[in-house]
Amino acid sequence: MKRKKLLLSLTIGAALITGGIIYAADHIDTPAVTNQPTDITDVYVFRAADPNNLVFVANSQGLTSPANSAALKFDANTVLEFNIDKTGDNIEDLVIQCKYNASTKTMQIYGPVAPSATGTKSKLEGNVTAEVAVTAYGAAVTTATGASGIKAFAGTRDDPFFFDLNRYKAILAGTAPGFNNPGTDTFAGTNVLSIVLEVPKSLIGASGPINVWLETKKKI
Amino acid sequence: MKKIKLSAFIIAASIVAVSCKKSSDPVVVDYYEQQDQMARPAINTVFVPVAADKDAFNTTVPSAQNAAFQAKFQTRLLALNAGYTTNALGQNAATFTGLLATDVLGVSTTGPTTFFDGVPANTLSGRALADDVIDVELLLIFGGPTGASNPTLTKDNVNANDKAFAASFPYLASPW
Repeated sequence: MKRKKLLLSLTIGAALITGGIIYAADHIDTPAVTNQPTDITDVYVFRAADPNNLVFVANSQGLTSPANSAALKFDANTVLEFNIDKTGDNIEDLVIQCKYNASTKTMQIYGPVAPSATGTKSKLEGNVTAEVAVTAYGAAVTTATGASGIKAFAGTRDDPFFFDLNRYKAILAGTAPGFNNPGTDTFAGTNVLSIVLEVPKSLIGASGPINVWLETKKKI
Repeated sequence: MKKIKLSAFIIAASIVAVSCKKSSDPVVVDYYEQQDQMARPAINTVFVPVAADKDAFNTTVPSAQNAAFQAKFQTRLLALNAGYTTNALGQNAATFTGLLATDVLGVSTTGPTTFFDGVPANTLSGRALADDVIDVELLLIFGGPTGASNPTLTKDNVNANDKAFAASFPYLASPW
């Protein structure tokens, strides 16, 4: 029993230390947003199990160790915005906006809707089309489907990204000649904050391919 | 005299209108300013080596990214792989970096959705969770016209996620 406890605390201690180091390393993206709620790690868009729907995934705050995961929080002053271009000019025709409401502890989804203005400055557009309680770390998954037909999830997930990023950095730094085989997944055992939306294709209304990108925007 | 009266009336009316608007419109609209953006995986990480440029890339709208960053991406590509001629998609340095600099993810609304699944027609039709996107990018950067060049740089030998994905919503695996 004692041993177990000691082992446990040692493991937690090690995880905390590793967590700190890993977290400090964060993605080698974006110095201005590193370790901020606006720091995107990945975006995924794919056909859902129901082929009439598309799934949009926005991940942020990457490389979070399990020890740090309970403290991961969505930010009420940040909008995560999927931008959708339907005409091939790389200018958004529709946006899907996700904003955390701190008083209800829910993620509120707006759109897909044509934005009143395009570009780097946005306001919330139209009405909430889906709303889901944020799933707490370690709790069973909570999902919700809005009257729009949009299904939503928001909470901590395993980071689905896999890459031997540390070896890649060593190659770039000239200290390694190539990748190892097998490689080491730098993102193994780490978590992200995820928003997952399953959106009926009819709400996007495109007959051909679309271009999608994710933006995070902070209240000014 | 009449003219003056009329304009005085208009001024008075517009004052009323302004005050009306003020009292009936107490809603303050919040605006949000862009901090970060991305579409294709690791583009900023791989192709934008300078910190100030990373932030600029993240706040440049996609329709302006090509003009602002294509030349820098090409310089970076040739720094990563001085021997670059074309890649497995037949793209020379200018064409390849032109594609990458506009950081949007093409998504099919009718067919399969994958970054690359071995079927040429499906290339860049989305990004599925299990797609080994890094190997695709490494192959296009380092693999030369046949994909066989620089074999120690064209795959990282991490081929799958460390947890299985779910077949149904929300698809992503539970956290560690």
